[in-house]
Amino acid sequence: MNFAILAFPASNCELDAYYAITDVFGEEAALVSYDSESLIDFDAVIVPGGFSYGDYLRSGAIARFAPIIPALREFADSGKPVIGICNGFQILTEAGLLPGTLQKNTVAQFVCRDQKLIVTNNQTPFSDLYDDQEVITLPIAHGDGNYYCDDKTLKSLKENNQIVFKYQNNPNGSLSDIAGITNQQGNVLGMMPHPERAVEKILGSDDGVKIFTAMINFVKEREVAFNE
Amino acid sequence: MSNVGVQTTEISPATIESQKLYQSLGLSDDEYQLIKNEVLGRLPNYTEVGLFSGMWSEHCSYKNSKPVLKKFFSKGKRVVKGPGEGAGIIDIGNGQGVVFKAESHNHPSAVEPFQGATTGVGGILRDIFSMGARPIASLDSLRFGTPRTAADRYLISQVVAGIAAYGNCIGVPTVGGDIAFDDAYSQNPLVNVMCVGLMDLDKIQVGAAAGVGNSIIYVGAKTGRDGINGASFASAQFDSEHESQRSAVQVGDPFTEKLVMEACLEISTNHADALIGMQDMGAAGLVSSSAEMGSKAGGNGMILDLDLVPQREADMTPFEMMLSESQERMLLCVKNGYEEEVLAVFAEYGVEAVNIGHVTDNDHYQLIHHGEIVADVPVDALASQAPVYHRESKIPARIEQASATQFVPDISSATEVLQQMLAQLTIASKESLYETYDSQVQTNTLVKPGSDAAVIRVRHHDKALAMTTDVNGRYLYLNPRVGGQMAVAEAARNIVASGALPLGITDCLNFGNPEKPEQFYELDQAVQGMSEACEMFETAVISGNVSLHNEFNDVPIYPTPMVGMVGLIQGLKHITTQDFKQAGDFVYVIGQTYNDFNGSEIQKMQTGKVSGQLFDFDLDNELKMQNLVTQAIQNDLLNSAHDVSEGGLIVAIAEATFKNQLGVNLTSELTVRQFFAETQSRFVVSVSPENKVAFEQLVGDDATRLGQVTDDDHLHVTAQDGAFDLAVSQALNIWKGALPCSLK
Amino acid sequence: MTVVKVFVNYKESILNPEAQAIQQALGRLGYDNITQLKVGKSFELTFADGMTREAIEKEVNEISDRMLANYNMENYTYEISESEDLS
Repeated sequence: MNFAILAFPASNCELDAYYAITDVFGEEAALVSYDSESLIDFDAVIVPGGFSYGDYLRSGAIARFAPIIPALREFADSGKPVIGICNGFQILTEAGLLPGTLQKNTVAQFVCRDQKLIVTNNQTPFSDLYDDQEVITLPIAHGDGNYYCDDKTLKSLKENNQIVFKYQNNPNGSLSDIAGITNQQGNVLGMMPHPERAVEKILGSDDGVKIFTAMINFVKEREVAFNE
Repeated sequence: MSNVGVQTTEISPATIESQKLYQSLGLSDDEYQLIKNEVLGRLPNYTEVGLFSGMWSEHCSYKNSKPVLKKFFSKGKRVVKGPGEGAGIIDIGNGQGVVFKAESHNHPSAVEPFQGATTGVGGILRDIFSMGARPIASLDSLRFGTPRTAADRYLISQVVAGIAAYGNCIGVPTVGGDIAFDDAYSQNPLVNVMCVGLMDLDKIQVGAAAGVGNSIIYVGAKTGRDGINGASFASAQFDSEHESQRSAVQVGDPFTEKLVMEACLEISTNHADALIGMQDMGAAGLVSSSAEMGSKAGGNGMILDLDLVPQREADMTPFEMMLSESQERMLLCVKNGYEEEVLAVFAEYGVEAVNIGHVTDNDHYQLIHHGEIVADVPVDALASQAPVYHRESKIPARIEQASATQFVPDISSATEVLQQMLAQLTIASKESLYETYDSQVQTNTLVKPGSDAAVIRVRHHDKALAMTTDVNGRYLYLNPRVGGQMAVAEAARNIVASGALPLGITDCLNFGNPEKPEQFYELDQAVQGMSEACEMFETAVISGNVSLHNEFNDVPIYPTPMVGMVGLIQGLKHITTQDFKQAGDFVYVIGQTYNDFNGSEIQKMQTGKVSGQLFDFDLDNELKMQNLVTQAIQNDLLNSAHDVSEGGLIVAIAEATFKNQLGVNLTSELTVRQFFAETQSRFVVSVSPENKVAFEQLVGDDATRLGQVTDDDHLHVTAQDGAFDLAVSQALNIWKGALPCSLK
Repeated sequence: MTVVKVFVNYKESILNPEAQAIQQALGRLGYDNITQLKVGKSFELTFADGMTREAIEKEVNEISDRMLANYNMENYTYEISESEDLS
């Protein structure tokens, strides 16, 4: 299968995602520039981390207007999997593909550390290889990771079971300890922690492997279903 | 603010001479006369005086330090490029080279700590990618006064925030460095940034502009009035009355730099045929980069049309454009006929690039503004004919008259002194600062900040690079030569402890005023000592930077030559960290311990100062101990290795227990006092029971078995005349809590 | 009560990369009538009753000089308004 990894000006985790997919999982991947207008050749999309447009104005606020965004929206509508990591999550919220927003950390500074997470929904195409309530460790590295949404949105996130990962010992002040959410359909995931930094034991953790394996399985099963 | 640099009607050459206006730009009477009589044979105009003031500043010309720098050991069979380029290069096999350099940003950070730090990071990154190398890691060596006031805490937090803001955004992991606190730095903090890059050796770029007709292309951010004459500014000392100088602030823009970096790397990788040279516009901006390019190419001249220079502000003068230190700018020399190809790459990355001039067939450096030639000087005079000063050297009285007696620590309770020691800011954990740095981006960081050296893998190869920065200014204050040796030795110990072979060093020579003989003595002796150590470890000096005039109200900082060292780990399985790994492992100290306390952390802690003659140091013994550790690691005998440094053996042991929260039960013939001694050439290592025999055979009498690692959360160490007895969790809390608490 | 709004902006000669990036982004969206865009900080200080206007101005200047603005690179202006306490 073929992953598209979007690259905005000053994304900086696109190569990390690329090497994770190609070296560790042996799948194909391509960097797709922000000014492309099509994602037609791809089975899954990664919106990687970084500081698109320097995080100026608000994280993700300028990237959401990039030419690739309509194609991304269309791709998501088709039911194929999209994962936004860190700045990718911020871009997805600014673009309206996911509800809510990411504010400055309550500690008002960037935090880079290994972070324990609880898998609160193991029924998504990204998390179905984890046990329910499993505790995993993934690196976080962000200054604006404090998830916020209004009461009504939070209620619907809970009712629709869209909260996939929660923090243990909340590092950034996120509402309801939210670390990662999906859209209503469940095929778009945004998360602040970096699973692509945790796919090899030598890097300190391989707890992120199951997220990408789950995506790969999902695409392959979907293809089989489609062909039948 | 002085009105120099914002003139719109230019001051006449005669006025510059009669009113000695060149002095305000940092040129001496002799230097001015030299320019007038020898170089030009006429009065220089305002722009020309500006060009010389920038190029003949210490920062660009090394006029005070050149005779000293010549002493550096800079050879070595792996050295591909030594000092002189943007950064040096060392061969690491497989056709790859590691590129590294360090730079100080002390004065800008004192004025505006956040922007001073960001622009420090930005500048050193450009030095690395201008060589055609991709930056893979950066490290920071910081020195501050003890934080007491809100202003002290602001300075520290803003410097750290600036480093984080730039490094995190551009996506280069900040993986280590060192931070120490001493009031010697309270009015003159040190902000030294080192960057390490990786490249294919067939893609080397040099900053030269050879070939008549080749084009000079300006790349990156527009030129503004920021940091006008900053190179002269960086070389002028601070005192309370010179507040008016404090206006040369530049703002870092990591977003633009990221685009400039990617575009430049694209050009050096895929359009190498078009490129003659590439150079960062750093200190003294456009004049420095262009004159150096022309001079390096063997005295080719060049002509630049300043009306083509992208300008951010209206009515900029030639003086301002040439000396502006606006950030995120590069200068390229591109082969005649290839300009469109190169400009197209920059356009694709959204980076402004303009052809502003070309290489000429004479040795004139000429500037055109509004259609007229506004400066015409010999290019070599600017770049390589600055006067060189052989400064007078005199041993400071404090060294000459120092007492030979070693300090005797006052220890009534060993455990209590250990607790105090763990809370000393120089010893305490720096995690609260470095966890604001993204240390993992690029997903190659195998050993993260907090160990002796950071380790970055070389992707797709079974090898990695270890890197560290070190120096203890207190040792140099007592004895600059031996302290200089120790700085290199400690860096090498950190590299060796991580499982690597030391490759080479870069440095930032942070010293006081070289025109004062006692301060020049410190510089001269320190370099002598560093060079001796480099020769011993075969670690060539491949790049570096000099920061002089670090003094406030005539009191200099401690002589602080920061050493940045890089080592190569062949085989990822040899990567070794400082932490004890499992209960039952045997703990040893490699190397002998003596009553070495002058200049130590415990002397400072108990007396409030450092004094006396520095204790002895033997480079031969140092190398022998390092080689033992290397041998033990190569034979897979060590589960951990940790350099013994500030705070002594007991601090090294405590630090090794923290990460995995293991205890130790140790017994030693040493006195309690000796556990705080800072004798060099020592390591704490742990060895699993099955390797005990082989290890003891290898090390013989050079290592002493102290006891074993335990799983009971207790640090228990019995010395000859007392004992340390403390819960590891308690020690950890003190060690981790001290810095956040003092920065609150 | 007295409310003081302090606006801190970069000096003209200082690069503001954020403003530059936003202006360029607006240009790409077709808003190209904008010749200059500034991004600064604003602060709203509410003062306790009973202070003279002179005392307030003195304190605002002091606060701005010491903390809100860095005189090396930033300028500030302020507006003072009296308002009813609506709470």
